[in-house]
Amino acid sequence: MPQLDDLYKEVILDHYRRPRRRGTIDVPPATHARGYNPLCGDEIDMYVSVGDSGEIDAIAFEGKGCAISQASASMLTERVQGGTVADFGDAFDRFKAMLGLGDDDGPAFSTDEELGRQLGDAEALQAVREFPSRIKCATLAWNTLDQALAGRESFEET
Amino acid sequence: MSDLASIREIDAFAESLRKDFPILHRTVHDRPLVYLDSAASSQRPEAVIEAMDTYYRTYHSNIHRGAHTLGEEATAAYDGARTKIARFVNSPTPEQIVFTKNVTEALNLVAHSWGRANLGEGDRILLSTMEHHANIVPWFMVAEMTGATVEWVPISDDGVLDLDALARMLRGASVLACTAVSNVVGTLNPIADICAMARGEGVVSVVDAAQYTPHQVTDVVAIGADFLGFTGHKALGPTGVGVLWGRSDLLDSMPPFLGGGEMIEHVDYDGFSTAPVPAKFEAGTMPIAEVIGLGVAVDYLADVGMDRVRDHDVAILRYALAALTDAFGAKIRILGPLDPEQRSGLVSFELGDVHPHDISTILDQEGVAIRAGHHCAKPLHARFGVTASARASFQFYNTTAEVDQLVHALDIALELFGL
Repeated sequence: MPQLDDLYKEVILDHYRRPRRRGTIDVPPATHARGYNPLCGDEIDMYVSVGDSGEIDAIAFEGKGCAISQASASMLTERVQGGTVADFGDAFDRFKAMLGLGDDDGPAFSTDEELGRQLGDAEALQAVREFPSRIKCATLAWNTLDQALAGRESFEET
Repeated sequence: MSDLASIREIDAFAESLRKDFPILHRTVHDRPLVYLDSAASSQRPEAVIEAMDTYYRTYHSNIHRGAHTLGEEATAAYDGARTKIARFVNSPTPEQIVFTKNVTEALNLVAHSWGRANLGEGDRILLSTMEHHANIVPWFMVAEMTGATVEWVPISDDGVLDLDALARMLRGASVLACTAVSNVVGTLNPIADICAMARGEGVVSVVDAAQYTPHQVTDVVAIGADFLGFTGHKALGPTGVGVLWGRSDLLDSMPPFLGGGEMIEHVDYDGFSTAPVPAKFEAGTMPIAEVIGLGVAVDYLADVGMDRVRDHDVAILRYALAALTDAFGAKIRILGPLDPEQRSGLVSFELGDVHPHDISTILDQEGVAIRAGHHCAKPLHARFGVTASARASFQFYNTTAEVDQLVHALDIALELFGL
């Protein structure tokens, strides 16, 4: 039976209560996307600013939601700040695989240390896999950042 | 009556009926199921399940066509259910009962059929601020198509409709769409008074009775609405069937909603003419088993007695409101009126900074099923400055022990969040 203590770890409640990088960034230079979880009405606004060589210079989020969605957003921003867009792509694949959303060819199972290195605090969201109705809460911020970055590409193309 | 006697009475009543509901005897995460989500969908008694099973096993066939025995038996059962439901809501005639797939379709039928034929540029549609999306979105759609405008009738901070504002706004309006019971704040609106006010101004009233019909006597004559809709699955019936009741002259004058088989009188190469009401609004093969099931469900409710259902409702609301306030004091914010007499069937709340979605997950581990989210009423949540709420909803099969289990599980949530 899945355990609540595994879902609501201290690090998750800490990010929920003291979210890192909450706020907004001017658009442009940043791009913005808004994600919805129609199930519970949660919303997340993600702002991201990317440098010429693909590094994430600045990232911030705003939104209201459950402990899982807010902690996940906070952990995500902490993880990807200073990295590259490609680096986020790898982490996102790993994050989805951790939640059982990867395809069969996805990354192989990692040890906790490996996961921690790849995902930062977001590794603590592992137990969400055991609560299927909550997986969308965990992925909301990640999908929204993905959209914000996709918006940047189409912006550059025009 | 002393509190203790009242508690004994609520529980004895609930216990005497629980045996009829097979699902209430299961466990969730090794704990007895505590089902406090009847406002989302009630559970159904064995008799309803059996009636649908018997139809499929022994006399399933299509209705109103073919002259064989099975067809005749199925037609008699389908039409018989219409008569039972008409009696249940005190409809002057069975033909005023139109079957739909749910209350959402019933409200869409009115908006699209009556609304598109009768609304135009400059016409005003009034919606109460406590409507469910099902009684909002169809009106926005029709407003867009016809050029009519939507206006919102305000509510007070404790979730009560502002009747003075309503009286002012009704002047010169075309239609009022109003719920009889809010699915979020639980307010029991004075719906007969509201319909009388609308009638006085020549405004057509459309009542969403989805949360009302399962909990008290629904008397369409006494309510005095022009249209009233409810859904089967919240009233002990199956999913997939809803009911629209309408005033005969309005139903007769309206164009059809969906076109197809069964709703026509005649079709040729140039066009069609429609069948009389209710067939005009029942295009295609209808949910026959579900209609039969709903007929049995309203019989069951009538046997239990809707006055007794209402008494249980008020009593368990009184118990739950007191238990939640006693246990959590300033940590809990209950939405809607605090007087159980002004409420029906449910309690929505916020608890500390624990998000409703987290509350729901934690409660589920204790076997307690509640609803978390915006309950398809985002404008109403915006009115109260929250994005979501947790909702415990009751039916006559709920006991005070189940309310105690809710309080216990909420305690665990607070502890987990360090509150």
